[in-house]
This record gives sequence, structure tokens and C-alpha cells, in this order.
Amino acid sequence: MSSLIQAKDLEVHRQGKYILQNVSLSVGKKDFITIIGPNGAGKSILLECLMGTFMPDKGEINKKNSLSIGYIPQNFNPDNSMPISVKRFLMLRKNFTPKELKSVSDETNISDVLEKNLSNLSGGELQRVLLARSLLGNPELLILDEPAQNLDIKNQLNFYNLLNQIYQTRNISILMVSHDLHMVMASTKQVICLFHHICCSGEPQTVAKDPEFISLFGNDMAKMMSVYQHTHDHSHNEKLND
Amino acid sequence: MIEPFLIRAIIAGIGVAIITGAIGCFVVWRKMAYFGDSLAHSALLGVALGLVLGISTNLGTMIICSVFAILLIWLQQKKVLATDTLLGILAHAALSIGMVTLSLMERSVDLHSYLFGDILAVTNHEIYLIIFGGLTVLIFLFFNWSSFVLTTINEKLAKSEGLNTMFNQLLIMLLMTIVVAVSFRIVGLLLITSMLIIPAATARQIANSPEAMAVTSSILGIFAVMLGIYISLYFDTPSGPSIVVASVIIFVSTLFLSLFRKN
Repeated sequence: MSSLIQAKDLEVHRQGKYILQNVSLSVGKKDFITIIGPNGAGKSILLECLMGTFMPDKGEINKKNSLSIGYIPQNFNPDNSMPISVKRFLMLRKNFTPKELKSVSDETNISDVLEKNLSNLSGGELQRVLLARSLLGNPELLILDEPAQNLDIKNQLNFYNLLNQIYQTRNISILMVSHDLHMVMASTKQVICLFHHICCSGEPQTVAKDPEFISLFGNDMAKMMSVYQHTHDHSHNEKLND
Repeated sequence: MIEPFLIRAIIAGIGVAIITGAIGCFVVWRKMAYFGDSLAHSALLGVALGLVLGISTNLGTMIICSVFAILLIWLQQKKVLATDTLLGILAHAALSIGMVTLSLMERSVDLHSYLFGDILAVTNHEIYLIIFGGLTVLIFLFFNWSSFVLTTINEKLAKSEGLNTMFNQLLIMLLMTIVVAVSFRIVGLLLITSMLIIPAATARQIANSPEAMAVTSSILGIFAVMLGIYISLYFDTPSGPSIVVASVIIFVSTLFLSLFRKN
């Protein structure tokens, strides 16, 4: 099997509304897929379904045997009530060697903050630490849920540069939810626009030429989605049995 | 020669300080102070149940507290009301039903000692319970430590690494019920939360790792119990509140010291 994860016709509904409907996608080796979509579109749930931490109501997911996944959750906010060093936090992950800890720390440039308290890190440092943690155990696939959401523009650029670098140097696939499409344009191979169902997907290089697409993926997500909904030929009905 | 009642008090106090100190860290980290408080309130119904059924009050407490914890999780999942509202309803319902039941009983019950504890009147039987319950809690904490810590830091991350976070949370809650059930006779139902959070909050000022915080918290709890027993004997004050006063003194001095050191 060439693909790492294959999802077919995923469906999740809550209180008569679709969270996900007919979502099928496949992540292959060396893929770099970016999922975009407005808040509440079902992006995080989709990632959780793919990881196996959330059971979809319908559909099937096939994973490559013993697929190892590195994950960065959305809105990771360490609480100050627990004193824990970055190093100890990284050590909570299993199955890696001290040598790997060193090399991953160098790769993500966090060697200087290993002894720092997790809750005292700057936004950029924290995201690099999370990236480092996801890379421990040498995973074949990274699943990142808005990894640069709370960063300022400079740190966002640094983060995505680092991510690109990791993607180039490692034999790794990336599946990411992000709104910062302009920053990953160069490396992302496929863009999936999700609003409970997959609205569109394709290579960014080709779709990027489309003026509609450019207006779609500007910074203002809300505005972008309203433009999107009005120009689309299908409706976005969320109700079941409609 | 030390009086036997004093030896019993010291042993019971140390045992309770060790387990409340360790599990108390999770109470602080997971912001479960109100949950602990509610659990302790509901324990009075457990006392009543124990007396009515003629079983040990500790067992009655354990049963009621476990039912309480499971009921709470179930209602939380159903998203009926906000958690603190649910806690308030459940806790005070249990407390009041417990009080009413106790007052209906033929024999008189020393309510005061249940509410504020009486470490100087601890029996051998209660010491065995503390040791047995305490060891159970410590063993579970020891073998699940990393998963508990990771679940506490971030549930989604823990889940993605194959941990059963739901089970972990339930286990932490059940361990708390054991702690409440075996130790409420020492500081009383109304003050048990302070044993859970004050030593842990004090330890937070000093410790630099989760493990160190748990150990420090237990040690500080032991100091508080010793100082409290001393205050209680010397000034003839109620033992439960004296222990809490002692732990507050330790907390305030540590806080000042750490603020002073930072400046």
C-alpha cells in the first residue's frame, strides 16, 4: 500500500447537524497536504478521526501497519501550576533515544531552552518545542493542527521555514490545518478546502492562478468564506435528512 | 514517654499528609479544588449511609464519593449544566440529605468531629485504613505517573500517543475519593480540600519538576500536621483547624520567601 492513511466517506454528526460529510482523502509518502476552512468546519475532528482518537459515525479509515504519527494539537497552552522543564516534557514521549533527543533539539533549535520551564516559553519557542516533540520517535507522518496560530508574523515565517526544512530533509509526510496558506504555498502539494465536506482540493500551483482562489485565500477568513459560498454551485446544507 | 493516642495521631497524620500531598498536586494542576470540596461535602451522606447500614463510615464514604464522581462525569458528558453548577447541586444535595438522615437517627452522632476532624481520637482501625488506602493510592500514582502527567498537560496530545485519557481522568477521581474517604477523620470534611491544595500550592513555589512538587507537597504536609498537632496540644485548640492553620503559615512564609528571592 503506497498511502499512509486512507479515509473513505467519513461522516460525523452531532445533534442533527453534519460535522463531516462524505469526506474522503488519502495521505501518501512525502505528501504535504494543507487543510483550510472556517472555524467549526470540522478540521480538528477530521484530524482526530485520521489519528484514531475520535470515532466517526460512518466511513472507514485504513492505515499503513504500525504507522508512527507525530502530532501538534491546536491551542496548546501549558499551565503555570505545573513546574515542568522542556526536557522532562519531551521525555514524556516514549520510544526514542537520548541521541535522538539531541539531534531533534538541534534540528528545531531548542537546545537553549531545554532546561526552561514549559510555561515560561515564548510563543515561537513553544511551537518549536511541540514540533520537536512530534518528531521524536522518527514518525512517518506529522499531523499539525494550526501549529502557528498564535504566533506573530515573524515567528510564523520562522516556523514555516523550519517546517519546510524538515519536510525537505526528512522522508516525512505532513498533513496540516492552517490558515497561512501563503506561507506554505511553496512546499504544500495539495490544498483541501473543508466546510463539513470537501469543497475543493488540488495543487496550489494550478489553483493559485485562479483569481477566485486568490481572493478566497486572503487573510480574512470570514470574508473569504462568504465570497466562496456565493460563487459556489452547490449549497452548504448542514442538516441531516434534508 | 509519649502517649499512645499521640503516636496514633502522628502516624495517621503522616499517612494522610503523604497521600493528600501527592494527589493534591493533581487537584492543583487540573483545577479540581471545587471538585475536591464537593466530594468532601458529599462524604457526609456516605457517613450517614455507613451508620444506617451498619458498615464502616469510611466504606460508606468511599461508595458515595465514587457514585458522586461517576454521576458527575456522566452529567458532564451529557452537557446538562456547567460543571461548577452541577458540582454545587450534587455536593449540597448530598450534604443536606446526609445531615437530615443523621438527625433522623436514634443515636446521637458527633457531627463536629466529622466536619472538623479529630486526629487525637484516631483509632487503630482508622490507621490501618489510612495505610491500606494510602498504599493503594501511591501504587496507582507511581505506575501511572507519566500518563497522568501527560493527560494533565494536554489531553489531545496524550490521546494521540495512545493513552486512554478518559480512563486516566476517572482513575484520578477515584483515587481522590479514596484519599477523601480515608483521611476525612483527620481534618474533617469541611477542611479536607485545604490538605489537598495548600501543601501542593506551597510546593509549587519551590519545586521545579512535577515529581519534586509531589514529594515536596507531601513533606510540607507532614510538617503542617506536626505543627498542627503541637498547636492543638499546646493551646488546646481543635486539631483539624490547627493543622490547616499550620499549613497556611507554611504557605504564607514560603510565598514571601519566594517573592523576596525573585526581587
